[in-house]
Amino acid sequence: MRPFTTHTGIAAPLDLANVDTDMIIPKQFLKSIKRTGFGKNLFDELRYEDEGQPDQECTGRPLRKDFVLNQDRYQGTSVLLARSNFGCGSSREHAPWALDDFGIRSVIAPSFADIFYNNCFKNGLLPIVLKEEEVDQLFEEVEANEGYELTVDLENQTVKTPSGTEFSFQVDAFRKHCLLNGLDDIGLTLQQADAIHAYEEKRIQTAPWLFEARAL
Amino acid sequence: MAKTLYDKLWDSHLVQQRDDGSALIYIDLQLLHEVTSPQAFEGLRLHGRKPWRLTSSLATPDHNVPTTVEERKSGVNGIADPVSKIQVTTLDDNCDEFGITEFKMTDIRQGIVHVVGPEQGATIPGMTVVCGDSHTSTHGAFGALAHGIGTSEVEHVLATQCLVQKKMRNMLVRVDGELSPYVTAKDVVLAIIGEIGTAGGTGYAIEFGGSAIASLSMEGRMTVCNMAIEAGARVGLIAVDQTTIDYVKDRPYAPKGAHWDMAVEAWKDLVSDKDAEFDEVVVLNGADIKPQVTWGTSPEMVIAIDQDIPRPEDQADAVTRDGYARAWKYMGLEGKKTLADITLDRVFIGSCTNSRIEDLRAAAEVVKGRKVADTLTQAIVVPGSGLVKEQAEKEGLDKIFTEAGLEWREPGCSMCLAMNADKLGHGEHCASTSNRNFEGRQGFGGRTHLVSPAMAAAAAIAGHFVDVNELVKH
Repeated sequence: MRPFTTHTGIAAPLDLANVDTDMIIPKQFLKSIKRTGFGKNLFDELRYEDEGQPDQECTGRPLRKDFVLNQDRYQGTSVLLARSNFGCGSSREHAPWALDDFGIRSVIAPSFADIFYNNCFKNGLLPIVLKEEEVDQLFEEVEANEGYELTVDLENQTVKTPSGTEFSFQVDAFRKHCLLNGLDDIGLTLQQADAIHAYEEKRIQTAPWLFEARAL
Repeated sequence: MAKTLYDKLWDSHLVQQRDDGSALIYIDLQLLHEVTSPQAFEGLRLHGRKPWRLTSSLATPDHNVPTTVEERKSGVNGIADPVSKIQVTTLDDNCDEFGITEFKMTDIRQGIVHVVGPEQGATIPGMTVVCGDSHTSTHGAFGALAHGIGTSEVEHVLATQCLVQKKMRNMLVRVDGELSPYVTAKDVVLAIIGEIGTAGGTGYAIEFGGSAIASLSMEGRMTVCNMAIEAGARVGLIAVDQTTIDYVKDRPYAPKGAHWDMAVEAWKDLVSDKDAEFDEVVVLNGADIKPQVTWGTSPEMVIAIDQDIPRPEDQADAVTRDGYARAWKYMGLEGKKTLADITLDRVFIGSCTNSRIEDLRAAAEVVKGRKVADTLTQAIVVPGSGLVKEQAEKEGLDKIFTEAGLEWREPGCSMCLAMNADKLGHGEHCASTSNRNFEGRQGFGGRTHLVSPAMAAAAAIAGHFVDVNELVKH
């Protein structure tokens, strides 16, 4: 996994609560068996006028001019500002894959849905929870200032605005460690193979029915 | 110390507690389907890894499968959409390569994973269950710790039999009293979501309790837990009782003989201790719940059938007002006052929420001897599995549906998320027994209204929403 240490980039405001993963990447694009190539269909229904199809070339499709990521001033966005409960709904990891493929490195919101939040960390994408009033302030500042950039510093757990204001955020120590170092957590867990075997040996004594070969 | 049911399930699956608050949790059952597994299998191959324990996985294709008899005749080769076909073929190939049990498209046991697992007795009390699908919360109806995961975690569980987790907080949602006629599990869970909101359960494992929940069948309990995720909670739970044990007994994968007796003894402890403390308690009165219908684009945008549709301008909070305004526009509600003012185009009875035999019986009872409104473009009934379909046909439900003018289909996820050919047209309104009314969920520009099977059936007859209690009187 690609590590995340610090990142500075253009921020864009997506002013909508309860953005669900169907919105982030609609179902017709989930038919891919790959992890890449979802960026052109990120927010497909919000972004384009027409209905997108898998494997379709997107450069000539009619754009919805009112959608934030279509506006000139937000081209090259890598930090997405969002409202509460971002990423609710389906568990599809295609949602962080699409954000990542589009070039988003961090999403800042007052709250996230649990599964989406967790999926981000598996893909080098940093979801940041800030207080409602802090997010409000960032929305105001980004809308008022073209070319507004934010600096996200995972080591120090801060978001820094162009004027130098810093907001701190919380992140689990284990997730932070994996993300800073780009660690493959399957490899880490497999280092605990002895503990897993020990659990199984103990559990089979008390709940043997859980370990029966399943009848076909 | 007194424990909640969630605490007990967590403790019995704890492999390793770490100082930073995270933990390694053992997974007993992983269900797999074609949409969220290909990249996980590819990851295993890339790293030269093998599944940790083959017998802990069970797979079936469901999201992409076509539901017409014609397309299903030749199994995977009958899938017209080439991209869908590749995905289903990839699941077949991966399961064959790694040695994982799969109910393929032509197997009568094929169906929606969350219908198949319990139906086979693969899901049993006291387990941990995961699947790359958010509606895995369904299996919590059995007193199992079950939740949806992403594809990276699907790979993690395949490779290690474990997940890195942080313990959630405990919430109890108690529904006291008795439910009124034609008020079903679906209405209960929609009312709960209306009460606590679509993010109300974020960070929590929700245990559903109280007399109204205890009175539900296993099918009803699965409907309730299925939609815990629509309240933001990855985990929904219901305590084990005799109803649970009776349902599991003698199912193909359930424990047998001496192991069955041992298991039943152990399962009796799968209830929250009397004085267990919850971080949050929400109480509803079952008798107050009326048939529910969603009017907007989030499951929390829900009202009782006799209420007026709430207007954006009446909302105090700015973000809510904007959200309501957007939903009003998307749903085409201008000039409409009540749910009955909405003319329906399609009706969908199915999905992991409501495609079990009891759901089909409830819908059939309402349409029996009646005809679908001729203003409807389509009304379809999609059973949750091949075995549900077989049982329904034994009972003659298929005849009741087709005589009333509904289409009787082959099992799969179908119009719940429209990954196959079953979908809404732009601007069409659908009475749907599924779980999500998000923008575009059932098709580009489609407008979804979530309801119970009985309410969907009543809407199919009337051509618009109506209290099923009123309809059956006539």
